Amino acid sequence: MQLDVVRFAYRKGREVLRIPNLTISAGERLFIFGPSGSGKTTLLGLLAGVLRAGSGAVTVLGRDLTAMKPAERDAFRGAHIGYIFQLFNLIPYLDVLDNIVLPCRLSAERRRRLNGASLEAAARRVAEHLGIGALMRENVARLSVGQQQRVAAARSLIGTPEIVIADEPTSSLDHDHREKFIELLFSECREAGSTLIFVSHDRTLMPLFDRCVSLPDINEAA
Amino acid sequence: MLLLSLAYQSLRHRKLTSALTVFSIALSVALLVGVELVRMGARESFSHTISQTDLIVGARGGSLQLLLYAVFRMGSATNNITYESYRQFAEHPAVEWTIPYSLGDSHRGFRVVGTTGDFYTRYRFRRDRRIEFTAGHAPENVFQVAIGSDVAAALGYRLGDAVTLTHGVSSGRGILDHEDRPFKICGILQRTATPVDRSLYVPLEGMEAMHLDWGDGAPPLPGEATPASKIHKEDMKIKQITAFLLRAKSRIDTLRLQREINTNEPEALMAVIPGVALGELWRTIGYAEDALAVVTVFVLVVGLLGMLVSLYTSLNERRREMAILRAIGAGPRNIVFLLVAESGLLALAGTVLGVALVYGLTWLSQPAVEHHFGLFLPVVAPTPTGWAYMSAVVVAGLLIGFVPAVKAYRNALADGLGIRL
Repeated sequence: MQLDVVRFAYRKGREVLRIPNLTISAGERLFIFGPSGSGKTTLLGLLAGVLRAGSGAVTVLGRDLTAMKPAERDAFRGAHIGYIFQLFNLIPYLDVLDNIVLPCRLSAERRRRLNGASLEAAARRVAEHLGIGALMRENVARLSVGQQQRVAAARSLIGTPEIVIADEPTSSLDHDHREKFIELLFSECREAGSTLIFVSHDRTLMPLFDRCVSLPDINEAA
Repeated sequence: MLLLSLAYQSLRHRKLTSALTVFSIALSVALLVGVELVRMGARESFSHTISQTDLIVGARGGSLQLLLYAVFRMGSATNNITYESYRQFAEHPAVEWTIPYSLGDSHRGFRVVGTTGDFYTRYRFRRDRRIEFTAGHAPENVFQVAIGSDVAAALGYRLGDAVTLTHGVSSGRGILDHEDRPFKICGILQRTATPVDRSLYVPLEGMEAMHLDWGDGAPPLPGEATPASKIHKEDMKIKQITAFLLRAKSRIDTLRLQREINTNEPEALMAVIPGVALGELWRTIGYAEDALAVVTVFVLVVGLLGMLVSLYTSLNERRREMAILRAIGAGPRNIVFLLVAESGLLALAGTVLGVALVYGLTWLSQPAVEHHFGLFLPVVAPTPTGWAYMSAVVVAGLLIGFVPAVKAYRNALADGLGIRL
């Protein structure tokens, strides 16, 4: 994963991101930190192909996202990237199982990565690893925040995507749950061989990661 | 398929709003289809006010006028026709039966019809329904009268009551009453929900007897009139009638007979085909149904706008949901599809429910409506117009779905994965 001289502006003339270079190697556990408003979510949007860089190249898994059509980027994201939000990760009208299998139902390529396992079996496997195996048919509104985040993690991990992006996934959890959650995320990513990009403003988590990047340091627009 | 099922589950999640929206669309659709059904029923009932009669024959004049006085008991004839002319066609080899009508007198605003026994056996309405009696029987003597159900109800008459007929057509008490020759009620007709209910029926001879000794449209001088007791049915010579209904032996004969009657010499006659004349009349009074249709379209528009409002207002609280879908690989187009599918499903459900509602109600109310209004509401498959309305509702629902969908599309592009609320 590589960013080269990437610039991005939501509105013309007001650049929020200018990154000369950022390279993330496969299987790496990268921690990106920075205060609120430093462009973290924007960076993740670029990496996930939701946003398109104004100039420069965003190369993910050897493909330049900036050269793709929007629909291609969406399909690419669905197939290769798992995404965890800070909060409210789940579709309220689907139960736990349906939330977890959603990426596989949307992306045929992601479904193929299950290697023939049924959607439900795959979901159960990853849910059990994350300690939510008993909640499969639960209404998501009845889950605690910690459980919700685990469901979100399960959804991002199903079909073993090459990249998992987590945007402050632990900031709504208390300390004990935070560590436990990160440990689970690590072990799952390791097993799947996924690259983990983890964004937070909480620097106490830094020691757990392979590498840490301070966004204000690499973002020339900040 | 996934997006459709998502749309369905999302609607189910918002049960109350979805149900209310579906219900409001259902009511609009029910009204729209219901009006169409009533329209059809009204047209059908109207065109079968009189059945199995191939021709209505009267003195030459306007065809509408003939229809009005012969079938609807409205207005009056400008001329009578001679009994000889009537007999000429009544005995015509191509004619199966005739029912003569002699009009011109009234009773308290209701028309009096002089006719023969054929009226009670041959007359048909609403395809194959015939005249029946709730009490009594058809007139047998000169001074007997059978009354329609409306007459009986309005005036509170019973069998055996004596009624005095009025010369000419007037409401209330007439100036020239045939007081010396009262009629006795011998029968009360069953309700037909057609103009038949609003008349009194006397024998042709009775009509003639009333006017016995009259000259030049004026009553005889006191003392000169033959007393009623001396008038016998057999002695009455019928000179003229007003109109007659005719049934031809075959359909092909109808047109030939019509031509023959219309070119009859020396007496100028006219024959109209009831279906054609009724159709013309219906077109002239059909404005009311158009007005009704316009109103129902507005009701439908309100129903659809209700759906638009409920979908649109739900968008803000669903921005999060859209961002999640984006994150797992849904494109803005998928989001548009989701919302359009939602409104389409709502419109479809509303339409199905509305149609079920209207057919259920029609089925339940059919006997009562027919009895009270003479309106037969057919429970039949929707007409092409009905289908057109229904598909228009679903298509309109889909189109309206684009309004919130485009808004969501813009949100999705602007929000990306972050939510700015």
